[in-house]
Amino acid sequence: MLGDGSLERLKREGRIVVVGASLAGLRAAETLRAEGFEGSLTMIGDEPHEPYDRPPLSKQVLLGRAAADRTALPRLRSVDATWRLGVPATGLDMAAGRVRLADGDEVPYDRLLIATGVRARAWPREAEAELDGVFVLRTRDDSAALARRLEEGPKRVLVIGAGFTGSEIASACRERGLAVTVAERGAAPLVGALGGVVGAVAAEMQREHGVDLRCGVMVTALEGDASGRVRAAHLSDGSTVETDIVIVSLGAIRNTEWLAGSGLGAGPRGIACDAGCRAFDIRGIVTDDIYAAGDVARSPHPLFGYQFLSLEHWGNAASQARIAAHNMISESTDRIPHMEVPAFWSSQFGVNIKSVGVPSLGTEVLISQGALRDHRFIGVYGYQGRVIGAVAFDQARWLPFYQELIETTAAFPPPFPTVDRRSDGQRPVDADFPDPSVPTHGPTVTLGGYSPADRRMTFTPAH
Amino acid sequence: MVRIAVDLNRCQGYAQCAFLAPEIFTLHGEEALLYAPEADEAQRAKLAQAAAACPVQAILVDAVDVPAEAVSDAR
Ligand SMILES: Cc1cc2nc3c(=O)[nH]c(=O)nc-3n(C[C@H](O)[C@H](O)[C@H](O)COP(=O)(O)OP(=O)(O)OC[C@H]3O[C@@H](n4cnc5c(N)ncnc54)[C@H](O)[C@@H]3O)c2cc1C
Ligand code: SF4
Repeated sequence: MLGDGSLERLKREGRIVVVGASLAGLRAAETLRAEGFEGSLTMIGDEPHEPYDRPPLSKQVLLGRAAADRTALPRLRSVDATWRLGVPATGLDMAAGRVRLADGDEVPYDRLLIATGVRARAWPREAEAELDGVFVLRTRDDSAALARRLEEGPKRVLVIGAGFTGSEIASACRERGLAVTVAERGAAPLVGALGGVVGAVAAEMQREHGVDLRCGVMVTALEGDASGRVRAAHLSDGSTVETDIVIVSLGAIRNTEWLAGSGLGAGPRGIACDAGCRAFDIRGIVTDDIYAAGDVARSPHPLFGYQFLSLEHWGNAASQARIAAHNMISESTDRIPHMEVPAFWSSQFGVNIKSVGVPSLGTEVLISQGALRDHRFIGVYGYQGRVIGAVAFDQARWLPFYQELIETTAAFPPPFPTVDRRSDGQRPVDADFPDPSVPTHGPTVTLGGYSPADRRMTFTPAH
Repeated sequence: MVRIAVDLNRCQGYAQCAFLAPEIFTLHGEEALLYAPEADEAQRAKLAQAAAACPVQAILVDAVDVPAEAVSDAR
């Protein structure tokens, strides 16, 4: 695009295709139109629904305060697109610039955005996964079906895996007065994302709210009755939990299978892209017409030593999508890098949990404000002498301050005046993250090494 | 219908929204915000007020009418 007008032509009459019609896809489409793209825009989504918001699915919906089919995302502007919903993309021909659909159609593109996200990891034993009463929670349909079952007043609910989603489900069930058992392979809930020191607080919160929390155990088998309904789960410690509902919350799998053999640098860790969201091919060469954003993307982050990060965070999907869209229709010198500080929130057991940076990269944690025992504190994470992340339990207002420490690569531990005198410790302690070679149910941040073309990965099922 | 999402990364939990439109926004515990992802047309004005009052512009609502284009699998 050397001033030959091809960019202008692209903006006027080009064809942009977005695969994955959810948060990232919609925000990208809105940005394309806002920035003057007048060509044809096609949104391809395998779910039959228009873009909806997922965070309420494990919160408001399970609490019975909202209906799962009433969570469509607000439209920030009109996108004037052709919607192909309910049809998965099944292949990509990079040379011809075409996306193949399951119904046999092919959609040509001048620019392609891949935002196919992740899906819930299913229970690994297929026959058991199909028992009536066994759920995962990722989609609107999952949430609707689960909410309906909770409405019926089950005698007990078993949640397998105490990551954020699993913990939120347990919290909603307790709030509805249901008996809940949580089985977690790690030493505590949230330990993959926040480490053992903070995980111990999450465990306390669960137990105080009456969750039968069992850590350090695996569910070895699910058992159904004669009519095919789940009735019990067997645990590695020899115990049995009788239950009528099992929610499998073992993290997510990136939706990249449809790209197999296409030549794009896509694999189980996601789609490698540069800081400007342009996808790499398997040779490690960046493409100029294919972009990735959201949960499916992994990209090098300048604040974290240019390691490839994939983030399963709402804010990341929204902002990365905007940047991808902008870059798709910009001259190379006008492109912007995606380098926002990662951030996410969760609420469970009445506590507002928010984080900035990447706590799971930290090795040490310092409780800088508040106290662990009050379930109201700030934990600052340090890595090699700098602040790399922070988490707040009911202390969200302070996070912007810590975000700035991360952005400026401030020294860890932070100097004394920023640390609350009454707080626990004031001294950093080992953050107590599990051995990174042992996959947990779902670190919502995944470090993907340095090489964009690296597709090697062995997965050891968590349960 | 008006659709709502709150960017809870931005939200600072000061609850101006809950004061202005309590049917839609409530605090859950000390500072976690719970909101209705969809509200009646009748609440549109109130909602706009709440969104405008949010000091960090965290409240996202439909800026265009739910477009007809939104829900079809037609070409
Ligand atoms: C229950 C739940 C609660 C959450 N709570 C929080 C929270 O509190 N805070 C937070 O920060 N984040 C939260 N998240 C994470 C957040 O929702 C995600 O980060 C966000 O949805 C990512 O958006 P995305 O568009 O990248 O991917 P997705 O939302 O996963 O969308 C991808 C879309 O692409 C579709 N697709 C996949 N393959 C194909 C194909 N081959 N062809 C066509 N379409 C395809 C998928 O079906 C899906 O519709 C939560 C997620 C869930 C599931
Ligand atoms: S007004 Fe804004 S910042 Fe305050 S609670 Fe509501 S959404 Fe959050």
